Amino acid sequence: MLFEDPVFSSRMLTILTLSFHAIYATIGVGVPLMIMIAQWVGIKKNDEHYLLMARRWARGYVITVAVGVVTGTAIGLQLSLLWPNFMELAGNVIALPLFMEVFAFFFEAIFLGIYMYTWERFKNQRKHLLFLIPVSLGAAFSAFFITIVNSFMNAPQGFDIVNGELINVNPLGAIFNPAMPTKVAHVVATAFMTAAFTLSSIAAFQLLKGSNHVYHKKALFLTMKIGLIFSIATAVIGDFSGKYLAEYQPEKLAAAEWHFETEGNAPLVMFGILDDEQNIKYALKFPYLLSILAHGDPNAEVIGLDQFSNFESPPLYIHYFFDIMVAIGVFMILLALIYWIGVKRGWAFINQKWFRMLIVLGGPLSFIAIEAGWWLTEFGRQPWILRGIMTTGEAATSSGHVGLMLILFAILYLILGIGTIVILRRLFKNNPVERELENRLGGEQS
Amino acid sequence: MSLEIIGISVLWIFLFGYVIVGSIDYGAGFFNAYSILSGKQHILSKIIQRYLSPVWEVTNVFFVFFFVGIVGFFPKTAFYYGTTLLVPGSIAIILLAIRGSYYAFETYSSKGHKGYAFMYGLSGLLIPASLSVVLAISEGGFVSMVDEHPVLNYVALFKSPLSWSIVVLSITAVLYISAVFLTWYANQTGDTDATNLMRKYALFWAFPLIITACGIIYELSYHNQEHFERILNLWWMFALSFLLYVGTVWLIWKRKNYGLAFGLLVGQFLLAFFGYGISHYPYLLYPYLSIYDSFTNEAMAISLIIVFILGLALLLPSLYLLIKLFLFDKDYVKGQNAK
Repeated sequence: MLFEDPVFSSRMLTILTLSFHAIYATIGVGVPLMIMIAQWVGIKKNDEHYLLMARRWARGYVITVAVGVVTGTAIGLQLSLLWPNFMELAGNVIALPLFMEVFAFFFEAIFLGIYMYTWERFKNQRKHLLFLIPVSLGAAFSAFFITIVNSFMNAPQGFDIVNGELINVNPLGAIFNPAMPTKVAHVVATAFMTAAFTLSSIAAFQLLKGSNHVYHKKALFLTMKIGLIFSIATAVIGDFSGKYLAEYQPEKLAAAEWHFETEGNAPLVMFGILDDEQNIKYALKFPYLLSILAHGDPNAEVIGLDQFSNFESPPLYIHYFFDIMVAIGVFMILLALIYWIGVKRGWAFINQKWFRMLIVLGGPLSFIAIEAGWWLTEFGRQPWILRGIMTTGEAATSSGHVGLMLILFAILYLILGIGTIVILRRLFKNNPVERELENRLGGEQS
Repeated sequence: MSLEIIGISVLWIFLFGYVIVGSIDYGAGFFNAYSILSGKQHILSKIIQRYLSPVWEVTNVFFVFFFVGIVGFFPKTAFYYGTTLLVPGSIAIILLAIRGSYYAFETYSSKGHKGYAFMYGLSGLLIPASLSVVLAISEGGFVSMVDEHPVLNYVALFKSPLSWSIVVLSITAVLYISAVFLTWYANQTGDTDATNLMRKYALFWAFPLIITACGIIYELSYHNQEHFERILNLWWMFALSFLLYVGTVWLIWKRKNYGLAFGLLVGQFLLAFFGYGISHYPYLLYPYLSIYDSFTNEAMAISLIIVFILGLALLLPSLYLLIKLFLFDKDYVKGQNAK
């Protein structure tokens, strides 16, 4: 199948590249804001710990940026290599945000270079911090523009097709499609959330390993607080996403919820399994919740899969992607909230081993949620690559070599993934916080 | 000037930018690896790394700009080149990925690691080789239409003297451009040993460069008669380019004004690159695709050009700042202010 069917292997290669790139892209978009906040707090409080935090995070960040840049280049080219028919059409309508993304990325790259090599150049730390602003902006805008392209695939507009001819193209109309606001906001907010929880996971890990240094405690508290804010924001935006789907892509929402019959008072189904007659078993059902998610009204009618042909229905396994994403999101909000209240109220258990282990788990869990979210939206758009206009099968390349390329790229990503872990470990293990603090403070006194 | 011409000119200028900054970058990676493996690390590595470290990502963006821009302005290229370039394109991506990440691994974590330096040095030479194959394909004769789908004839491409001479030219050009630039850069830093070594490399690669460049024009006379004749019509551009080349070599030979030498080199490549581009007009892929039948709609073309102008307004000052801080800052290039 891998070698005979270019459509199947093109899909597999795209999933592979996107899933791998999503990890680095999320770090790339989220972490600059964390560095900025840490450096800002450090300057404000004149606290060497926060300044060192910014430095160390930035040092790890450039490694992930490098891999993010090359995997981003990969997906950028693969769009044309694997989906030439789609890109020919998309090039005519949605090329504008793609083009803007390059500029945002350009901007980010230039200032990241400046920021990384000017730590000691300015007497006034604030000036150095200024260089980080274009880095964060460039990163966030890259995500913003590229997600616009994805939202266009879900809700294409800004053109007409008459007798197979593309006419009345309106590039701005294509950009401001109905899927855009919720999707863009969701991607950016989850990137900040995931970056924050990843850094808190690292801090908690250091504390678990026995370091009792106040540096890690400060890092943990700061990042959990930021994570809490963005996880709540994510949930709110997620609710709006549900309303968008109900209105514009009801088949995706219905498949994700296993909502087969169009009806009011619809319950939200979590997990469970389907038997041969599509009866739901062993599931958690939250009454009225799907109606609320879809329309903000417990009695509202939610369109079910009965309104769609088999051809138009997305695969039902996306239900699990939705469940994983939402379950992790809720878990992270609760974890961060309990931690935050616990710090304020002086609850002892938040410093205990088991709770810190949960925080360590939060980093990888957030990434799983990101991946599940992307799989939900991508598989949930099937059979379309451009909803209602072009199917994934029509878009794919006719080249017979995709299977071989898939194997080559799988090896490449394995090498890059292992490389990143080895390098990051070496970078921080050989230069622990305690020693670096000593060196820096010692240097200042002399 | 028609929108088509504006579009292709913008893209060609950026591609030229990539040829220059990319060559410096790829060649520098190679010289760095070579110096580490041949025990001359103490002479070269510091200079090369001081230049490379802050700018490598910027180099990559020039390339991304080109391939995103060409699909924007000429969407049909996605169909023709997207389908035919799957294998060479994927190989180029893999090489770029290895190079970019191993560069970061070496620079930010394991300075002087031989394996990493070797990986990114070698992949840097293979990238221009794999990318330049596209130029050979664009000359026609390697792509045929089967069931309305373009299919690349790998065997013909592999056996063609034209494609091999383009590959060899791309590699020699990378090494020559990079050596001339680094001679100048090393001289700026006041490092005599590094200057002398790079000067030697620059002179070494000057001769193969001009031989391979002439070789391509010769091969083209057999491969694509029409293109060859258009090149002859533009003979003055190539003649001028050759004079600039002589100027560069002479200055470097005489150890005079390396800055001007590099300036002449940019002029030499600019003339040759545009002479080639203009003579290629109007074809993007001979004979299937011209800039006219592949062009996007007017609304998109105009909005792309507006965004391009706005983008430049943002980028040029930023690039100026980057260059000012790292290339022309006396303290930085001399290493007094390095991290």
